[in-house]
Amino acid sequence: MTDIAHGTQVELDDTPRSTLERVSDWVRANLFNSVLNSVLTLLIAAGIVWFVFPLLRWAIFNSTLMAESDRACQATGGACWAFLGKWGAFLLFGRFPAEERWRPALVLVLFAAMLFMSARRGTGGRTLFAMWVGGLIVIFALMWGGFLGMPYVETDLWNGLPLNLILSLGGVGLSFPIAILAALGRRSRMPAIRWLSVAYIELIRGVPLITLLFMASVMFPLFLPAGVSVDKLWRAEVALMLFFGAYLAEAIRGGLQVIPRGQYEAADALGLGYWRKMFLVILPQALTISIPSIVNIAIGAFKDTVLITIVGIFDLLGDVNNAMNDPNWRHAYWEAYSFAGAIFFAVCFYMSRYSQRLERSLSRARPGGRRR
Amino acid sequence: MTVQESAQAQAAGRAMIELRNVNKWYGDFHVLKDINIGVRKGERVVVCGPSGSGKSTMIRCINRLEEHQKGHIFVDGIELTGDVKHVEAIRREVGMVFQQFNLFPHLTVLQNLTLAPIWVRKMPKKEAEELAMQLLERVKIPEQASKYPGQLSGGQQQRVAIARSLCMKPEVMLFDEPTSALDPEMIKEVLDVMIGLAQEGMTMICVTHEMGFARTVADTMIFMDRGQIVEVAPPKEFFANPKSDRTKLFLSQILSH
Repeated sequence: MTDIAHGTQVELDDTPRSTLERVSDWVRANLFNSVLNSVLTLLIAAGIVWFVFPLLRWAIFNSTLMAESDRACQATGGACWAFLGKWGAFLLFGRFPAEERWRPALVLVLFAAMLFMSARRGTGGRTLFAMWVGGLIVIFALMWGGFLGMPYVETDLWNGLPLNLILSLGGVGLSFPIAILAALGRRSRMPAIRWLSVAYIELIRGVPLITLLFMASVMFPLFLPAGVSVDKLWRAEVALMLFFGAYLAEAIRGGLQVIPRGQYEAADALGLGYWRKMFLVILPQALTISIPSIVNIAIGAFKDTVLITIVGIFDLLGDVNNAMNDPNWRHAYWEAYSFAGAIFFAVCFYMSRYSQRLERSLSRARPGGRRR
Repeated sequence: MTVQESAQAQAAGRAMIELRNVNKWYGDFHVLKDINIGVRKGERVVVCGPSGSGKSTMIRCINRLEEHQKGHIFVDGIELTGDVKHVEAIRREVGMVFQQFNLFPHLTVLQNLTLAPIWVRKMPKKEAEELAMQLLERVKIPEQASKYPGQLSGGQQQRVAIARSLCMKPEVMLFDEPTSALDPEMIKEVLDVMIGLAQEGMTMICVTHEMGFARTVADTMIFMDRGQIVEVAPPKEFFANPKSDRTKLFLSQILSH
């Protein structure tokens, strides 16, 4: 690279230099160091100007913060953030009774706190596990209510962002046991168990999530005896759990495959037996290795939950679609979808940064032995 | 195993380990051919032979890391069959040390030692930790108890592996080339621990090429080649006066350098 030569020259030159000189050096070394790079730099700069200025004009300079309907905003041609003031809480929490909205709001705070705790280094695995189990119980209790003066709220009214988080993180959490069993089963020496696991994994992975959701919401009730009904939300959650479970099983199997045979033999030689060998020796190592792919699945799961709208359960995106029915704000879809998009991006970006950091700390720990 | 068979095994001079006409195949490859061995309680047996001779496979059959297809294996009077209960009972009595140490990298040294006593022997945690510390003293690395295996040298790891096996208070120890993966300067520290064990009367079967060690501790030398036991003799006789040509050839190769 040309800038290596340039870099040495700068290092050798020890006369004090002004900030401006250093900046211009950097610009010359990195942005205009060849004809091609100069052309690219100019093109990209033009692109930024062409895209960013109109965006700023729309989002900030010409935007309207106070209005009673989108007609007032149309005059300025900018974003109509007044819409969010009016409908924002509905987008987040949907039809959850308005005076009880603090409950799903608290659920969001709890989820954020648990995600933060999980990302923090130095929190032990057992503490995390207990925290998630306890946290999910509290979250479900908050949503349901029916005690301590909190009115009972049926699952049909659980809408919006809390629902996305419950369905995805809850679904991934609940799918762990089944995923672990399927991953172990696929490597079992017993043919019946192996084929059962393979059938489950391949069947689920071979079917789109939408199909599963439709089956859970439309077909499954047909098989139930008359008078028995299972809540729609739980049917959907089970469908999601089965779906995530199959992918999670494959991620865990990937981890299992790289555990050396000697680990199995050492556990066998100590007389641990199959289950203790797996749960005390093999899985702790395999799960650590699969954390990056597990987080990837969780990110995908979070985004996949928007498909739930199709079976008439209203998540964040469903709420956006519902809000669009208000004739006063029919033209505010840009604002509504940017709002939903920003939330999805923020959550997914956070999870992806988390997995990158985990990956780095794992690869750092490996040469000298893994540390906690 | 039936009561009759058990009585027979006891009548045969309290054999700790007995292999009768053991045969094993990998596909078409006949790895073990009619192996017959009896090991008394407290006896130290060293098994040697060229690579691929089946010596590792043989001792791995004794705790069922490998399955034999024909013949009988008895450990402390219990026959090894497909019965999981027998297999687990035997694995509790038989400790094994591997060439590659095979410590559990996600556990500390102390946790490596206490895992099996706590979960298999149902020993209280505190008691298991005391036992583990005693054994770490014995292999001379008590100060490493809270480290992870990856932070130790090969020789230290192998000594931890020996202590881990001893934690289960086994009747028999199997060593599968315990020093082959070690740098030369670390071999002695591991052999010293093994010699100590032998002097305390542990029943041992050791696959190794360390002939100095064999001379010092072995009661019986077994030489294997191509899946067969070629020669069984006390070490003095074995080294001074080997009977078969294959043994002579092997000894000349291994002792020449």
